[in-house]
Amino acid sequence: MTYIKSKIRHPKQPKNSIGYVKADYEGALSTLCAGCGHDSISAAIIEACYEMSIEPHRLAKVSGIGCSSKTPTYFLGNSHGFNSVHGRMPSITTGANMANRDLIYLGVSGDGDTASIGLGQFCHVIRRNLNMTYIVMNNGCYGLTKGQDSATADFGSVNKSGTENPFPAIDLAGLALELGATFVARSFSGDKTQLIPLIKAAMSHRGFAFLDVISPCVTFNNNMGSTKSYEYVRDHIPATAAHEFVPQEEEILISYPGGSNTSVRLHDGSSIQLHKLNANWNPIDRNTAVNRLQQAKINGEILTGLLFVDKDSRDLHEVINSVDQPLNSLRKELLCPGTSALNKINDGLR
Amino acid sequence: MEPTDITNPEYFHKVVDCQYACPAHTPVPEYIRLIAAERYADAYMVNWESNVFPGVLGRTCDRPCEPACRRGRVDEEPVAICRLKRVAADNKGDVTSRMPVIKKQKNGKKICLIGGGPASLTVARDLAPLGYEIHLYDEWHKGGGMMRTQIPGFRLPEKVLDEEVGYILNMGIHTHFNHYVDSMKEILSQDYAAVFVGTGAPKGRDLILPGREEAKANVHIGVEFLASVAFEHIKTIGKKVIILGGGNTAMDCCRTSRRLGGEDVKVLVRSPFADMKASAWEIEDAKSEDIPILNNMPPKEFVVENGKLKGMIFGKVKATYDANGKRSLIPSGEPDVFIEADDVIIAVGQDNAFPWIEKDLGIAFDKWEVPVLNKVSFQSTLPGVFFGGDSAFGPSNIITSVAHGHQAAISIDQFCNSKDVLERPAPTTNLFKQKMGIHEWMYDSPVEDDDRFKVPHARKELTLKNIKAEVELGFDVQTAFKEAQRCLNCDVQTVFSASKCIECDACMDICPTSSITFTMNGEEDELRTRLLAPAENKSQDLYISGELHTKRVMVKDEDVCLHCGLCAERCPTSAWDMNKFLYGVTKVTKII
Repeated sequence: MTYIKSKIRHPKQPKNSIGYVKADYEGALSTLCAGCGHDSISAAIIEACYEMSIEPHRLAKVSGIGCSSKTPTYFLGNSHGFNSVHGRMPSITTGANMANRDLIYLGVSGDGDTASIGLGQFCHVIRRNLNMTYIVMNNGCYGLTKGQDSATADFGSVNKSGTENPFPAIDLAGLALELGATFVARSFSGDKTQLIPLIKAAMSHRGFAFLDVISPCVTFNNNMGSTKSYEYVRDHIPATAAHEFVPQEEEILISYPGGSNTSVRLHDGSSIQLHKLNANWNPIDRNTAVNRLQQAKINGEILTGLLFVDKDSRDLHEVINSVDQPLNSLRKELLCPGTSALNKINDGLR
Repeated sequence: MEPTDITNPEYFHKVVDCQYACPAHTPVPEYIRLIAAERYADAYMVNWESNVFPGVLGRTCDRPCEPACRRGRVDEEPVAICRLKRVAADNKGDVTSRMPVIKKQKNGKKICLIGGGPASLTVARDLAPLGYEIHLYDEWHKGGGMMRTQIPGFRLPEKVLDEEVGYILNMGIHTHFNHYVDSMKEILSQDYAAVFVGTGAPKGRDLILPGREEAKANVHIGVEFLASVAFEHIKTIGKKVIILGGGNTAMDCCRTSRRLGGEDVKVLVRSPFADMKASAWEIEDAKSEDIPILNNMPPKEFVVENGKLKGMIFGKVKATYDANGKRSLIPSGEPDVFIEADDVIIAVGQDNAFPWIEKDLGIAFDKWEVPVLNKVSFQSTLPGVFFGGDSAFGPSNIITSVAHGHQAAISIDQFCNSKDVLERPAPTTNLFKQKMGIHEWMYDSPVEDDDRFKVPHARKELTLKNIKAEVELGFDVQTAFKEAQRCLNCDVQTVFSASKCIECDACMDICPTSSITFTMNGEEDELRTRLLAPAENKSQDLYISGELHTKRVMVKDEDVCLHCGLCAERCPTSAWDMNKFLYGVTKVTKII
């Protein structure tokens, strides 16, 4: 019986700039199926947070219900967490963010949690541009209930019982673009070299950063005919660009031969370096992103990479002009300044 | 890099660090699991087949396996392999029925073994079941060689040695004890089909310093002193004793002195502590018996007054190392030191010596008077004469002698059957699936967090009074179980099939020690820099798969793999599998 992960780690494991090793960002051992794409995404989150030297107590992970929403147990065991109600992760995160804007918010959801029961909440959190990273672990099926097609299952995709999906899919990235999301990217659980820089960039973006991550369900949706199997995704996956995340304190040194390089500076001073693989696309132009996405759909491709980023994004706190200090730290004396202060205000209105 | 050829027996053998480091390649994890399962007799026989003297070695082995143990690289201390071996020996019960059956019908060939130590006894053990008539000569009245004469009884009780020597002598060996062979010519004139020389390194080195001759009544040579004590020719020693030398013989001499009446016993080493040859645990045991070890003090002269030894004068030096790491000891400028002594024991090394081998027999010796041998077959320049143990390549240890014995036995058998002695049998290997179900393996895969357990010692007040009282008491079975569970089961190999891999990264993500990476192939040095965790230990191999769907390869750094099986457990397609790899050095004949 192995189902115990030893506490022993590599004796020479490196430390990040704040003195933590990668193990400090791990969580409990996953109980998901062996080979689940979600575990790879968890590992990518661990790697990204480790490399960005995020202090674990400065991050809150919030999730809904489903296989995907179980994963916060399996990473960042020293961070804050809230496993909420099905499809209601956005409202919980909104509340938390309103109360304490100083934390980094990482929402984890699935295709059921986002594209079905939580679709309404998803739309509104985009509209409000809440400062958070929203990761959908998208496997196109309901893995917890034995693999029924979900709303993101592609039209014609064959599920494990051999039935073709008769309905068109909701393209979450397309929907997010349409609703005005200020950071939209798509990736694949099996491609960490792309996924990790995208997670880092998403976490550095101020405003709502959406990451649609295709994550094969190895038990119920990895069969022939499925469009979300490891093999199918690998065979149909052109990327918008090769990505490299550059932290703010570092000079940009990466340069790819040929093609055109673009650097998008993010809110916190860091930047994402793109080696564009397609000339007819500009990451800061929503129109080209929408077109490129549509074109890929027609071609039967799964377009991955950073699709769109709005560098001038204004998050919810800016829009509603809330105080800089987190609400949860406003003491009573500040919130209720007393009769004399009230009188002063009243006097001012006379 | 080319994909790893796991069909090469040496690849997985090398992963089992302890077994690979053992000169006799004892399958260590195999017997440790048997100990944990309370199958002590089975564990004993696995040992006996490989190393012939489990009870002796479980107390006295130099333990090359322990510094090699993978646990030592991921935890503070290695598994107490040696002392677990002793547990098997102590608890095995009667194993006589498991010993090889010796045929009454002999094959008509007589073999002569000169010297009754571990090398000769191993040759005897390996050849006797084949029907050879074996004649063993030794100058002492009992077999065992240096195991009897040089290892004090408080480390190795006589009955343990007698039992294990007995298993071999009871195979119908013709013993010629109290018979010092003084002429090889005479041996060769007899009708032996082959002669094996296992006479060890019996000549203790002397130190010729001023006063040595005058002080000779109270100056002893280490190995001779230990032999005299073993046979009770020496029963007392002075109150103040100086031991010169920093090897294991010096440690045995000082501890023996403490038991013969020595109250103020000191060990003096001419070099720094770090360069002492003695095993760390033997130094520790000496210190715990109130024996100070003084370093950087080379002896200068024996001080004799009125024909009686008074003490010795020592210089003071410091070690300097040149660019090549070559050491020189230069005087530190401090004044010389006089240390009082009633007796001095010189334990500064020993040599093999062959005054009894005539020079005109065709057995060539090199300029250091060491026999010229083939390093594989141990054959001398006279085809029917073979050497092994300390007499072959100079002083080493018991387990090395045993390993020599196995190889020499093969050579002798080949020679006696007119076959090429350089034709060596391939090792036996066995790769055995360990999967029993989901999350279930045939071995205890979880890695225990326990620190190494200490072997209890008998009370010093008792052991210092009685020279035969064993100091180490051995693990009790409960502690032995816990210590056995510290073993990482490195022989349970992670076997990867590239054709089944779907590159889901699950193994890479779960691996506690980040040993697995999926990346583009490259040259080894460059590839080592691209792995998830630093792969700086180049003595450990990288396991490389063939090319995968995405043109990447799987690279596993064997260095600190815990063999916990999580990669195989998290693998959805069984591309990873845990297989037990049993490697055996082929003996002349099947022993058990």
